[in-house]
Amino acid sequence: MSNHLIRGANVLGQGRADIAIKDGRIVDPELLTAGDPPEIIAADGLVALPGLVDMHTHLREPGKEDAETVLTGSRSAAAGGFTCVHAMANTAPVADTAGVVEQVHRLGREAGFTEVVPVGAVTIGLEGRQLAELGAMARSAARVRVFSDDGICVSDPLLMRRALEYVKTFDGVIAQHAQEPRLTEGAQMNEGVVSAELGLPGWPAVAEESIIARDVLLAEHVGSRLHICHVSTAGSVDIIRWAKSRGVRVTAEVTPHHLMLTDELVRSFDPVYKVNPPLRTDADVQALREALADGTIDVVGTDHAPHTAEHKCSEWTAAAMGMVGMETALPIVVEAMNDYDFSFGDLARVMSEAPARITGASGHGSLEVGASANLVLIDPDAPHRIVPSEHATKGRNNPFAGLEVSTRITDTFFYGHRVLAEGRLTTPHPAGASWTEK
Amino acid sequence: MRHLLDTSSLSRAEAISLLDIAEEMTLVSEREVKKLPVLRGRTVVNLFFEDSTRTRLSFEAAAKRLSADVLNFSAKGSSVSKGESLQDTVQTISAMGADALVVRHSGSGTPHRLAHTGWIDVPVINAGDGTHEHPTQALLDAFTLRRALGGFPASGAVKDGPRGLGLDGAKVAIVGDILHSRVARSNVHLLARLGAEVHLIAPPTLLPWGVETWPVRLHYDFDQALRGVDFEALMMLRVQHERMHESFFPNEREYARLWGLSAARLDRLPTETFIMHPGPMNRGFEISAAAADSDRTLILDQVENGVSVRMAVLYRLLTGQEDHNE
Repeated sequence: MSNHLIRGANVLGQGRADIAIKDGRIVDPELLTAGDPPEIIAADGLVALPGLVDMHTHLREPGKEDAETVLTGSRSAAAGGFTCVHAMANTAPVADTAGVVEQVHRLGREAGFTEVVPVGAVTIGLEGRQLAELGAMARSAARVRVFSDDGICVSDPLLMRRALEYVKTFDGVIAQHAQEPRLTEGAQMNEGVVSAELGLPGWPAVAEESIIARDVLLAEHVGSRLHICHVSTAGSVDIIRWAKSRGVRVTAEVTPHHLMLTDELVRSFDPVYKVNPPLRTDADVQALREALADGTIDVVGTDHAPHTAEHKCSEWTAAAMGMVGMETALPIVVEAMNDYDFSFGDLARVMSEAPARITGASGHGSLEVGASANLVLIDPDAPHRIVPSEHATKGRNNPFAGLEVSTRITDTFFYGHRVLAEGRLTTPHPAGASWTEK
Repeated sequence: MRHLLDTSSLSRAEAISLLDIAEEMTLVSEREVKKLPVLRGRTVVNLFFEDSTRTRLSFEAAAKRLSADVLNFSAKGSSVSKGESLQDTVQTISAMGADALVVRHSGSGTPHRLAHTGWIDVPVINAGDGTHEHPTQALLDAFTLRRALGGFPASGAVKDGPRGLGLDGAKVAIVGDILHSRVARSNVHLLARLGAEVHLIAPPTLLPWGVETWPVRLHYDFDQALRGVDFEALMMLRVQHERMHESFFPNEREYARLWGLSAARLDRLPTETFIMHPGPMNRGFEISAAAADSDRTLILDQVENGVSVRMAVLYRLLTGQEDHNE
């Protein structure tokens, strides 16, 4: 494996410095001169950030390989600057046993473009009736720490309480998809002024907020860690802020699309804008940006959800919910936070350090000497239009097609291997590295 | 005007122009041969993904009176039930040589989607989509009201019928299940654009969240609304049977008592208030037999005018002309 010397990158936006990579780790640049000459990367004008960590992605394998595979999803992750992604459990079969999570984990290592960490299902088959084998998944080779029935809410309060308590055994966290099922039966879009006019059944904000309110109280009661997936409403932000002020161990996530898009887009009836939770209003978007800036929302998670064309090239009501987003996440967050005092350090916090800390992904989130060499170089001054057909993901359901963004991801280093070089995907990591080897 | 997808994007001038063409079309029924040759050799396809015999027949009659050929596609028992996608279905139909598509679908926005995806390149007419819009129903309602309020026969051929006029100042109430009604949405937009004062009367459970942003006045209490306003017309909406067990209201009896047009309410109406209903009616539920059969009801006129209005829409979209003079 070759060594690298990244020259003159603006490290975390705090000033220019050299970054040396040797044997998969970040080392003192002095150490490189001794042995083989390193590959020099001139990084003038580029910003170095720790490799991005996505707490929320759908890689579709096993079961829906026509929409995405672990390999295509891993390549998409590398292209988007992600060195670690958490693969949600709603596959077929569901990732609710040690066997399935180990399979996903192994596929990720074979792919070798990013660290694929499986998320385990909270309940068997995502059915919300009986706890899945949380302990077995935690103790498996995949070392699962995040559990979620994402796509479906753990709506039974007793089951949610038990899950929160049980994962304390191995410092796990329950990532809740907050959606009161009865309040969202048949829902097609945000319930608001637009849904009233379009006559599409509404998904009211209160269906998210009521579950979050319940769950932060449960987490407080049992002293467990709770993570709220894809927060989408201003009211949810208020509840989470209140909970944090009480010391509840809750963390929260927002997607790039909820930071950027509103339900006005549904007027086109184009299913590329159909997503769950739905696009909300401008007031919600502003509240989410504010919350990301002030730390109420801890992380950005992509909720990357590839779908085949036949599930999107249909009428609105029959179309699948979800958007792809790993390759556009960072540039979109930069655009969304333009009006805020949001530094590269903040970007690293919400897209790398905080998600690494919450999920226990110890090989990620740091550019310190001695850390695993998971990092990304971005060009903050590279205006370009988003063209979904050029992306590595199989999914073409990217809602930002045609949008001009200023930031481009140029290089991704995955455990010292340059999986993305000058904007082009290269080769998988030779060792298929993983922190489980330690 | 390329498609007719909704009334919300229809301008006042476009709407009045369509109503005026429909006036011309009523004269066709007086001719010995009740047909115009204007769409000879053109094919209109009725693409009905949701059952609706009445609307389909009305469109079929309209197309045939303009000498168009008509193909009827019904999703039941067709390729759609075998899993064919919307795109494949419409492209297949279109390949058979359709010059216009009349689309009825249970999902809101489907006609809009067909008109804008580039899958096909023919005019699309929305014949009712989900709970979104039903623009030809609103146009025929406006046509009927314009006749009745102007003192003309509410249907049939009228040589010097109302032309160039809107419905300015008319007080019209729409009563019942607004939430699930595409007829209500289309009527709210069109009536408001034509200058009418629109009132909605419904239990709060059957009004959409955000309805206060609409150009309407809201009433929960039917009797209070009737005491406060002398309406020129009441449009009663059908309440679907499946709503009756979803706790939108306690039971049929209570709904009929509070929001139905009972014989007692009928008696209290000013004599010049017209009664409308898009059909099919639930007699004894949202409308009493006394109201449905009274001499103030325009219900059959609405049906008759539906054909003229749909002729006008087909004529307008397929010939691109704004008026019809032989």
